Amino acid sequence: MTTTDEQQTTLVTVAPTAAAPPRDSSKRQPTPAARAKKILITAILLVAAVYFLLPIYWVIIASTKSTPDLFGSNGFLFANPQLWTNIADTLAYNNGIFVRWLGNSLLYSGVGAVGATLFAAMGGYAVAKYKFKGKELVFGTVLAGVLIPATATAIPLYLLFSWAGLGNTYWSVLVPTLVSPFGFYLSRIYAETAVPDSLLEAARLDGAGEIKIFFTIGLRLMTPALVTVFLFQVVGVWNNYLLPLVMLADERLYPLTLGMTTWQAGQDRDAGLFALTVTGSLLSIIPLMIAMVIMQRFWRGGLTEGATK
Amino acid sequence: MTIKSDTPPVQELSPRRITHNKAEKRAPWLLLTPFLVIFLITFIGPIVYAIVQSFTRVQRLGLFGENGRTVQFAGLDNYVQALGNSAFIASIWRMLLFGVVQVPLMIALAVVLAVILESASVRWPGLFRTMFFLPYGVPGVIASILWSFLYVPGLSPIVDLLTALGFAPDFLGETTVLWSIANIVTWSYTGYNMLIIIAQLKAIPTEIYEASRIDGAGAFRTFFNIQLPLIRPAITLTVVFSIIGTLQLFAEPQVLRKVSSSIDTQYTPNMASYTSAFTNNDFNVAAAQAVLIALTAAVLSFTFLRLTNGKESDR
Repeated sequence: MTTTDEQQTTLVTVAPTAAAPPRDSSKRQPTPAARAKKILITAILLVAAVYFLLPIYWVIIASTKSTPDLFGSNGFLFANPQLWTNIADTLAYNNGIFVRWLGNSLLYSGVGAVGATLFAAMGGYAVAKYKFKGKELVFGTVLAGVLIPATATAIPLYLLFSWAGLGNTYWSVLVPTLVSPFGFYLSRIYAETAVPDSLLEAARLDGAGEIKIFFTIGLRLMTPALVTVFLFQVVGVWNNYLLPLVMLADERLYPLTLGMTTWQAGQDRDAGLFALTVTGSLLSIIPLMIAMVIMQRFWRGGLTEGATK
Repeated sequence: MTIKSDTPPVQELSPRRITHNKAEKRAPWLLLTPFLVIFLITFIGPIVYAIVQSFTRVQRLGLFGENGRTVQFAGLDNYVQALGNSAFIASIWRMLLFGVVQVPLMIALAVVLAVILESASVRWPGLFRTMFFLPYGVPGVIASILWSFLYVPGLSPIVDLLTALGFAPDFLGETTVLWSIANIVTWSYTGYNMLIIIAQLKAIPTEIYEASRIDGAGAFRTFFNIQLPLIRPAITLTVVFSIIGTLQLFAEPQVLRKVSSSIDTQYTPNMASYTSAFTNNDFNVAAAQAVLIALTAAVLSFTFLRLTNGKESDR
């Protein structure tokens, strides 16, 4: 993905220079104005980078400090680093509840994202590749779902799940994350161009069943878009706060987001929680930081292909 | 496309072909079933339930409700109560003010960064892109915890620095805390919006740039005459999502509440609805509030879409 992108950008740069009149050959010998422009642009980008990295830099420094040092030392500089002590304390606090929260977050976002991606792929493929009555109605309804504020459904969801006796269970957080209207939409758009009808017809003539065709041909050809859907859902579920807040009463079922806010709220009673909240925050963003770096490479590929065709 | 499954030519009606057609009729519904079932349970069901709830009230029989409860049709009573609550109305106005300032700022920043990163003369575009996108991976709750540490006097090196320079900033005061929340939201979502815009920028054919370059257009003219019109769909999309997001604001103010006394339990529409449900135990009013939030989001989104489409047809 990245190589083609870079090639494209190079094309943009190279082609005009070749076509441009000689006086415009500023590329080879940068005029002072061009150099000033370049410096200005780089400066803007650096300022933006400082802004976007500042809280992350701060939390890395802060997670090496004891609670007294958090208040007593310069926030941007190290003071008596004790990262491993803090990590050990964080993991051990309250019988290792942090590890449990981490496991829950992994469970919710892992299972939720795999299920949501598969179901969205099946649905989007069905709408893209078959003609049937009610198809546009189904698609339109799901599309409206993209625009429904997720929080508008959270409280009624809680009431429904409590009524079904499923409130305060793993299911109450897992089931709502199994559906991704955005994934459904993207899957349809992508399947329309990426899965050729002729290939499906050939498989049918070979005697393959419809469901088998989806799992062997459809799913494989849709992979680039599905990676996007999957990563989006992972991030969405990992970052979710209101749904678990509404659904869960048992601390042991909490995801990290909810757990961290209970620590933050407890700081008044137990000052030691300051250091734990900071270290816990750092630990809980590391998995997603890694996912972000992977995602921004894959994602543009998937989306652009869907958007341009 | 070439073979219409529902009207096959007569000579092809071999038994095998017929079973295939049956299977082809059933297959889409089989494939759709898991998605639709969960969609019904988690989207349609709650929405219908919320609407029903918003028009009913629970009557407790006996002094303490010991003789059971009945559900009655309440007409618009819950809506009247929700709209009569000045704190709820104030929270909607607060979010409108927030959105009018924060959304254009964030989208403008995202466009500027996207265009710069896609321009030819930038060094390390991939590295910068990744750095700007990174905050999207920080949960809103964690981002708010981190920024709250950077807002609180005594803890924050930023406050320390500014105080030493003679300013005495109060990031958590009554008038400032809204913009401190705006800062957290901007920090979280600018990179995400930037990537959507970059995706659309990449879809602009190279020849268009070439033509404009030959015409002697500078960077600014290229931006206003070519890039901006062509990335309008992406901008529209990001604005609509941002409007919906603004009205849903919950996690950020909820977390900052622990460090700022200026944020009450009804600071945003969503917090008001949450408070109605779980503090006042009035799920009917909470449902009416949720419906009102969704309606406001829909009206604003459609108005915005109408405005932008109207402009397009004027051309």
